[in-house]
This record gives sequence, C-alpha cells and structure tokens, in this order.
Amino acid sequence: MANFYTDNPSLKHHLHHPLMKRIVELKERGYADKDTYDYAPIDFEDAMDSYEKVLEIVGEICGEIIAPNAEGVDHEGPTVANGRVTYASGTRQNLEAVRKAGLMGIAMPRRYKGLNFPIVPYIMAADLVSRADAGFENLWGLQDCAETLYEFGNEDQRQRYIPRVCDGETMSMDLTEPDAGSDLQSVMLKASYNEADGCWYLNGVKRFITNGDADIHLVLARSEEGTKDGRGLSMFIYDKKNGGVNVRRIENKMGIKGSPTCELVFKNAKAELCGDRKLGLIKYVMALMNGARLGIMAQAVGLSEAAYREAYAYALDRKQFGKSIIEFPAIAEIIALMRAKADASRSMLYETARFVDVYKALDDISKERKLTPEERQEFKKYSKLADAFTPMGKGMTTEYANQNAYDAIQVHGGSGFMKDYACERIYRDARITNIYEGTTQLQVVAAIRHVTTGTYLNQIREYQAIEYKPELEALKNKLAAMTQKYEEVVAKVIETKDNEYIDFQARRMVEAAAHCVFGYLLLQDANKDDSFRRSAEVYVNYGQAEIDKIESFINSFKREDLAYYKQQ
Amino acid sequence: MSLRIIVLAKQVPDTRNVGKDAMKADGTINRAALPAIFNPEDLNALEQALRLKDAYPGTTVALLTMGPGRAAEIIREGLFRGADGGFLLTDRAFAGADTLATSYALATAIKKIKDYDIIIGGRQAIDGDTAQVGPQVAEKLGLTQITYAEEILNVDKEAGRITVKRHIDGGVETVEGPLPIVITVNGSAAPCRPRNAKLVQKYKHAMGKQERAAQPACHQGSEPTVRYPELYETRPYLDIQEWSVADVNGDLVQCGLSGSPTKVKAIENIVFQAKESKTISGADQEVEDLIVELLANHTIG
Repeated sequence: MANFYTDNPSLKHHLHHPLMKRIVELKERGYADKDTYDYAPIDFEDAMDSYEKVLEIVGEICGEIIAPNAEGVDHEGPTVANGRVTYASGTRQNLEAVRKAGLMGIAMPRRYKGLNFPIVPYIMAADLVSRADAGFENLWGLQDCAETLYEFGNEDQRQRYIPRVCDGETMSMDLTEPDAGSDLQSVMLKASYNEADGCWYLNGVKRFITNGDADIHLVLARSEEGTKDGRGLSMFIYDKKNGGVNVRRIENKMGIKGSPTCELVFKNAKAELCGDRKLGLIKYVMALMNGARLGIMAQAVGLSEAAYREAYAYALDRKQFGKSIIEFPAIAEIIALMRAKADASRSMLYETARFVDVYKALDDISKERKLTPEERQEFKKYSKLADAFTPMGKGMTTEYANQNAYDAIQVHGGSGFMKDYACERIYRDARITNIYEGTTQLQVVAAIRHVTTGTYLNQIREYQAIEYKPELEALKNKLAAMTQKYEEVVAKVIETKDNEYIDFQARRMVEAAAHCVFGYLLLQDANKDDSFRRSAEVYVNYGQAEIDKIESFINSFKREDLAYYKQQ
Repeated sequence: MSLRIIVLAKQVPDTRNVGKDAMKADGTINRAALPAIFNPEDLNALEQALRLKDAYPGTTVALLTMGPGRAAEIIREGLFRGADGGFLLTDRAFAGADTLATSYALATAIKKIKDYDIIIGGRQAIDGDTAQVGPQVAEKLGLTQITYAEEILNVDKEAGRITVKRHIDGGVETVEGPLPIVITVNGSAAPCRPRNAKLVQKYKHAMGKQERAAQPACHQGSEPTVRYPELYETRPYLDIQEWSVADVNGDLVQCGLSGSPTKVKAIENIVFQAKESKTISGADQEVEDLIVELLANHTIG
C-alpha cells in the first residue's frame, strides 16, 4: 500500500512545528466546536492527531489512486463537446475518491461543512497531491476559491455556496482574458445590472481558465461602465446551474494535461456580486492570488519531490560499467542537489504557510471581536511576513521544480527522453509553475520591496538568533557570511537610487535573499532532526556559490552597460 | 426503501507479503511478524454495502466480526468509511474456531441482531482461503446465498428481490434471489472507498472494552490510561459493542476449539530459497534446457 504521507517523514517534521500550537489555538478558538460537532478536536493534541489521520487518507489516495492514474490522464486528457467539458476517466476516479474521502473544503469552517483545518495541513495535502499528479492538484486546489468566497461573500452567499464545495462541487476563478493576462487591469468582460430583476448579467470572453466548466465560478468583470483600470472591476459569483457560460474550446497544453484550460463565452450569464463593487481586483483578486500562489508553491514542492524520487530510483537501478550509476560522483551530486532543493522548497512552503495561518486566523477572529493590541501586533507581523515570503517562495520553488525536473531527465539519460518514464511528464508539468499565478519575473516585482525595506533581513536576523547545536556551527558561520554579502550587494545597488538599475538587479537580490532564507530554514530543520543535515550542507554550499556569483556580477557591473541590455 | 445490512468481516494476518519470519517453528502463523489487516475481499463486500446505503437513504450498515479485543479495529475501519456500527464477538470460548464453529458463532450473533435484509461478506479470508464461512452462515440461518458477487445491480425490498452480477469461470452471470440473503463478494468487485476525513475524526476514539483496558500507560510505571475516558459516557457511539458467547446465547460446545471438527494432520514448512544462481550462455540448447526445467517445476506455464 503506497502512502505518500507516511513514506516521507519530512512531512511530519514540518507539521509538528512549535508555531502550530498557536495556529491551532487561534483556528479552533479554544476548542469551542467540540460540543457542537462530533468531528471537532478536543484539544491541541487531538487536533494534531486528526491532521495526521486525514493526511494519511490523502497519502493513501495519492499513492493508490491518483499517482497510478497520472499517466493515463496525461495521455487521455479532457475533451469538450457542446460547450461542456468531460474529464479524463482517471480524473473522474480521482475526484470521486477525494469527494468520498471528504477532502473538499478542508480549510472551511465547520458551520459550512468544512474540516476547519489550518493552512499548513491543507497545503500539505496539496504537496502530496502534486507529487502524485500536478495536473490534478489544479482541480483539487481550486477549493481555495471557497476561501475567497468565505472572506468576501456575505453570509447568505457563504451558506449557499460553501457547503456545496465541501460536498465536492468544483470551482474556478475566471480572471484572464485574451488581452488581460499579467495585466488584469485591462479586463473587459462586461457586467451589467438589470434594474428590472435586480440581477447582474455577464457578457464577454475569458481565456486560459483552469477548470472552466466548474460548478461555481468567481468572475472578475467590469461593472463600472466607461472605466479602464482596476478600480472599475468587481467580483461575481456565477453558478453553472443558471447557465449562460459555455466552453468554446480547451487548450492543447504542454503539461498538466488533465486539468482542462478553457476558453469561456459568457452570454447574458446571470451572476451575483461578491463583496463590494470596484474592489474586485484591488482587494479580492489580490487576496485570491496570494492563496493561489501558495498553492502553486505546494505544486512545485510536490513536483520537486516526485522528480527527485524518480531520479533516485532510476540511478539506483540503472547499471552501467558494472555498477549503479548513482555510484558515479557526477550523478550522486545531481541527486544530492535535487534532494537539497526539494527539502529547501518544502521548508519554505511550510514557513510561509505558517505565516499565512497566523494572520488569516487573526483576521477571521477580528470579524467576531476586537483584537487585543498584542494580537494586532501579531497580525501585522505575520501578514507582512506572509506578503514577503509568498512571492519569494513562489518564485524560487517553481524554478527549483523546473531544475529538478530537468535533472531527473538528465539522470535517466536517453530513456528520460522517451514517454516510458514519468520524468518527462514531470518536466512538462513543472514548466507552467513559474509562469501562472504570476511569472517569476512578477514575483520579483512583488518581493523586491521586502529587499529594500529589510523584511527579509530582519527575518534572517531572527533565524540567526536561534540557538543551534555546536556541530552546526560551521554551517551557521557560512550562512552569516552569505548574509553579510547579501547586505553589501543590496546596499551597493540601493544607494544608486536609480530605479531602473535597482529593477535590473532585482532578481539577483531577491535570489540572494532567498539563498540565505532557505539556508537558515534548513539549518533549523537540521537542528531538530539530523536527517536534514545533508540537505542543509549541500544547499548552503550551493547557495554560497550562487551568492558569490551574484556578488561578482553586481560588483563588476558598470551601470552604463545597462544600455547593452535594452531592446530598441 | 431502506435496508438493514450486516457486513461480515475478519481481521487477518497480511499473508500477501510474507517474510522469512512468517511462520513459527511449530508451523503456525507468527502473528507478531505479520501486520493485522482488514481481509481484502471483506473490504469489497463493505463497499457493496456502502453503495446500497448511498443509493437507498436510511439504510444501515453494521459490521460483525469475531476475534480478540484488538479486532475492534475492523469495526473502526468500517465506521471510518460510512458504516453505522458494529459488533465484536470476543470470548476465550470462541478461540481456535474452524469454519464450522466460526459460522455457528456468526449465525447466533446474526440471530441476536434479528433485523436484516442482506448479510454480505468477502468470498474468503486470505489466512485460511476456505470460502466456507459465508455459505455455512447461510445454511445455518436457512437463507439463500449468492457467491462470487461482483456487483449488486438492484434491490427491490417490496418485492423482496435482489439482482446480483456474479463472477463465474470465463465470464459473468446475472442472478436474482429473495431477501433476506447471504452474499459473498469476489475480489474483482469494486475496491473499497477511502476513509472519510470527517468520519475518521468522529470515530477515531471508538474502542471496545478490552482495547480500552489494554491502553499503554503514558508514563512508565503509571496506570494504563484512556486518553478521554469521559467521551465514552457522553458519546455512546464510541463504545464498540463486545459480545461474549453468553451475550449471543451460544452453545459453548459448538464454539471455538470444541465446536471445530477440523483437525490439522500435519504442517509442512516449505521454504523457497535459491541456493545459488545459475549462469547460462546464450547457446540455444542451454536456453531450451532452462525452459524445460522451469516448465517441469511449474515456475512457468
């Protein structure tokens, strides 16, 4: 019986982080639900035990159903006929299994039939699902939209829609249009209010919509006639039962083929406003995207793990020149670095998830009562950290997923180029992760201000202040030296006060910060559990060299050379 | 229309992945070396029962198992997937039962449960592979039986009829029978659904009396403790019912070892082990000899 939760001890390690005590306490409000719901936890230990037991279910479904179906789903893919999508047969089986297991609406409150889990175990499930089949994670992970509905919808909408999601209906977020991709301010889909029946109607086209034939859609549309920017956009809920939206075509994609990417035509589709008018993009979509980015990080982590496992197993099995190829130093190094990148990515994922958990739980509590001054401080601290770590994490982990997928094929040699091995699918599936929900380049745009304002450096200082075991002293010193270099290059770039130049060096600076952060996270892991020591050592060696490279580039760069990079 | 279904299930040692410690020197199973699992075909049977429950709201599914205190695990696994309750037949007097004594015990328990439309179990258990218990239960209760079932196609309670697709040599056939009925399910039937997240959280503390008494102590030297003892008062559904021979009004003589006419004549401990590897050249004759040898000892063919 393959179980993707129990076969990977690092998941348990991340689940049992000391901050969980606080997170669960906030999320469970003093365990008040236990008298109302027979499945609510009695205390902290009981809650943690429940998370583990549910993750074991997820792990089993991943190992026994979703992973074995992945190849078939990739080959068969979804189809479209008469405006409706039919999933691949494996996808239908997967959905049936996760519905029966009650794994939709994991993070939703119990009063809407959810499990009320914090983000950490929820995102851990996403990590598992992605290792099994990254394409399926897209369908399953869209339950995230329920979070947006919960945060911004009114009570009536919450009651009508969220229990349906918990019962297994799927969702989609309809944002992108042919002329509005990264630039969502240009969304044109028209929302018009009909005075006669007091309803909103949507008209227009959406493109690249993941799971576009979902039961419940969140739609970004222009409600303010004559406007051209983001302030004229509102968010709407479209219920498939009302009709009016058809799937014109589905894309023939390079990867994540099981997840239908749809072009949608809205023809007088009846919809209802979610939240306030004009806040669609500037508030709600921004919140939705942050959650979605965390989901993509989980997808990247699952893919990195899968790529590592495929490479490791193959290298152990494949014999050349009379021995397993894993015994050759060149192959061993690739595999050690893959492991280190996967471990670093996972540490970053759960660190970020914890930050999100604390601030979201406090935000939710603030709707019930006034936060104490200490709680407000805590909220501020963690929402800022989440805001800083989400783009850095999304940017770095998705690049690592691609690198690991590339290396997995390299380890397989010629066989990896054939359709016979899973690594070629992983390679294609990984390729979208650093593009959608904001390209790496856009993650850098979101992250750079935390370089310039010192959010990352302050957090690194917190990590430095932790007490580490004596045997980790050398590693700690290396990281301190890396941090020193990071500070120096940032100071050097910032003092030019030349925004164009700062933008030019932005990615290098964000990456330098990331190598320090990832290194310190692995140091903390190794401090608690020896099994992370190797990844910590390997990652820091790698990160150290990367920072030296960045330092050398920045130090030797002449600002006037910028002209050579400009196109036109 | 709602049905009352009893699922017969057994906790068995996992004989599918047997290591070298699987048998003890005396030829009996080394239970310590093999994990105790839900008998696979009983899971197929449970799935058929749960599908009926999905299709006909109000239907109840109860598990019935016989074994030591820890076999309550079988009932928990059923609860985790959607069963409504269960009964654990557990008594020293039930120990050492062959298929006859087992079916006697199960039949008496079913008589005690009294209300049922369908009794369903796996075709056979992987420890004994007899496939006798289901049919014998039917005989003892005077019920019709359908064996090797793959799918229950239809149930009509008013007419008292059930339609079942069964697996036969070289194909399938569809048969109809009267309710109440005993059905045994083949491994080729639909696999059992996963555990349900809410039900796992609801029932994870469910335990029988013996299990609660056997809980390990939190600290060395201290008394064994159950984590949340008060729960069993406030949430009676967490108290898994244990039945003794007396509880089901059983006849002691027909239970356990004394009720078991099966006698083991001899046990042979057969150990497959390759003594040495054999290297052959690519010569046609050598390859042919190998094929002949493999055919002769039934390794292939």
